[in-house]
Amino acid sequence: MTAGQERWNAGVIPYAQMGYWEPDYVPKDTDVLTAFRISPQPGVPPEEAGAAVAGESSTATWTVVWTDRLTAHEHYQAKCYRVDPVPGREGEYIAYIAYDIDLFEEGSIANLTSSIIGNVFGFKALKALRLEDMRIPLAYVKTFQGPPHGIVMEREYLNKYGRPLLGATTKPKLGLSARNYGRVVYEALRGGLDFTKDDENINSQPFMRWRDRYLFTMEAVNRAAEQTGEIKGHYLNVTAATMEDMYERAEFAKELGSVIVMADLTVGYTALQSMSRWARNNGVLLHLHRAGHGTYTRQKNHGVSFRVIAKWCRLIGVDHIHAGTVVGKLEGDPSMVRGYYDTLRLATVPLDMGQGIYFEQEWGSMPGTMPVASGGIHAGQMHQLLGYLGEDVVLQFGGGTIGHPMGVAAGATANRVAVEAMIKARNEGRDFVAEGDSILAEAAKGCQPLQTALDTWGDITFNYESTDTPDVVATPTA
Amino acid sequence: MRITQGTFSYLPDLTDDEIAAQIQYAVDQGWSIAVEFTDNPHPRNFLWDMWGLPMFDIADAAAGLHEVRACRESYPEYYIRVNAYDASLGRQTTALSFIVNRPAHEPGFRLDRQEGSDRQIRYSLHAYAAQRPSGERYTSNGTSHGA
Repeated sequence: MTAGQERWNAGVIPYAQMGYWEPDYVPKDTDVLTAFRISPQPGVPPEEAGAAVAGESSTATWTVVWTDRLTAHEHYQAKCYRVDPVPGREGEYIAYIAYDIDLFEEGSIANLTSSIIGNVFGFKALKALRLEDMRIPLAYVKTFQGPPHGIVMEREYLNKYGRPLLGATTKPKLGLSARNYGRVVYEALRGGLDFTKDDENINSQPFMRWRDRYLFTMEAVNRAAEQTGEIKGHYLNVTAATMEDMYERAEFAKELGSVIVMADLTVGYTALQSMSRWARNNGVLLHLHRAGHGTYTRQKNHGVSFRVIAKWCRLIGVDHIHAGTVVGKLEGDPSMVRGYYDTLRLATVPLDMGQGIYFEQEWGSMPGTMPVASGGIHAGQMHQLLGYLGEDVVLQFGGGTIGHPMGVAAGATANRVAVEAMIKARNEGRDFVAEGDSILAEAAKGCQPLQTALDTWGDITFNYESTDTPDVVATPTA
Repeated sequence: MRITQGTFSYLPDLTDDEIAAQIQYAVDQGWSIAVEFTDNPHPRNFLWDMWGLPMFDIADAAAGLHEVRACRESYPEYYIRVNAYDASLGRQTTALSFIVNRPAHEPGFRLDRQEGSDRQIRYSLHAYAAQRPSGERYTSNGTSHGA
């Protein structure tokens, strides 16, 4: 850092010399820490690039300003304290930056994100920038209430334990009338699913207005409960143009007795936090569809990692969030997806570079958010799904339920029998991942719908290389 | 109809060996075991009657299975379930819950609709069996039985 009077000469000096590069800084337990993947322009030293990100995401502007001297500026300056080259990725570095907790308004994801990703991503001195991970200090975590219900409360509310929950998104996504839509919901729920779901783009279009959909859907939900003696739910999408519309729809869903509503990530962080507050106050579960996230989470060198979005969403407070399937049709490296799931579910998430986790994260007693696996999965993958994703997850088989040759209810039954058979085998001590195919085949002997599902989709896989992978691959030590 | 509450209701009814295997899994996880029974299977009735206190310190499945059998003997026409409870910090909730006995005949549920204005309907679910007093449900002759 430039010392004394020179620091305050008018004009431009490097960020690193303005106090934003502090290699000796020891982060405090209460600091927000970030790991940014930076790709500096040619000729820009990585330390300066890291300092620039620290500066522009906290107090700095491009030139010296004397008004800094009216503040305890060193307290408010973010500090880049470490820059590491990324192995095998020339020109990329991980810059670690510490922010004092005073920089952020309590309980506001909008404020946190405006600070940390608000201004720096278009920065000319960088070719690309990616927020890889963020350590939220427990002191800041405690300013949020988190999920309105959380995994434990959701299970107690639904009276469903010991297995993944099952769902399906109604298909076709668009075009069904409310009456036809209700039919699909009913068949899927009576066949054995716990939930059905509006898709992200089902809001209130001319072919089916929201109020009509809600009425027909709740008839279907209640009829399915009658047929099974189980609690059933349908994620009624309340996403709309304004908060007033969203509240109106959510209130109506509640009045009709729906146990759950959903919103899309496209509504924005503040709207989501408002819905979270509403959901807590009204005893309705809140499902989040991460619509749009792929635009900024997928590329390795630019954007925001989904693990950071997952963290923000647990703080915002959602009960469900889509977090990847590993084996389905959408992007998801197994170890990265594991990192997202841990971030959503665990009380303490250990540092694990092999899962792309740069910091230990302590959640205190904040409830977990139930991850949702959706997109191109089917009953024949049940052993892999349980192996990769565990038990506290909603497995959503849309096409894999509704596309069943024997009908929607049969498709649902196939999925339910498959998951119960797999849990039973796991609990009996069988190596269910290795023996998955034979466990399913045995279960299918007593269940024609499952046999038909295996015959139809048994071999379908989506083996494409992931774009977002960890930089460090764990080496087996055994 | 077949009530499909519980972790394994879509599979054929578990044999005693299979029940013991599930109890053993729960014991190995450090979970306690509770046996509960009811003749009121409404899905929101979480207050099934407790067959004694939960078993916190059993070493293997035999003791759990013994209680399942004893409960079944006293209440052959009731729903009986085994709950495994995880008391660890952050969970403190049921970890596994499966039905191990059910009445021979399950008459199912009636869905009542109260039709209101604006096409709104209020729904309520009634178990047909619950129209009779507790203790007189699910029996062929309507007489009370059990302990």
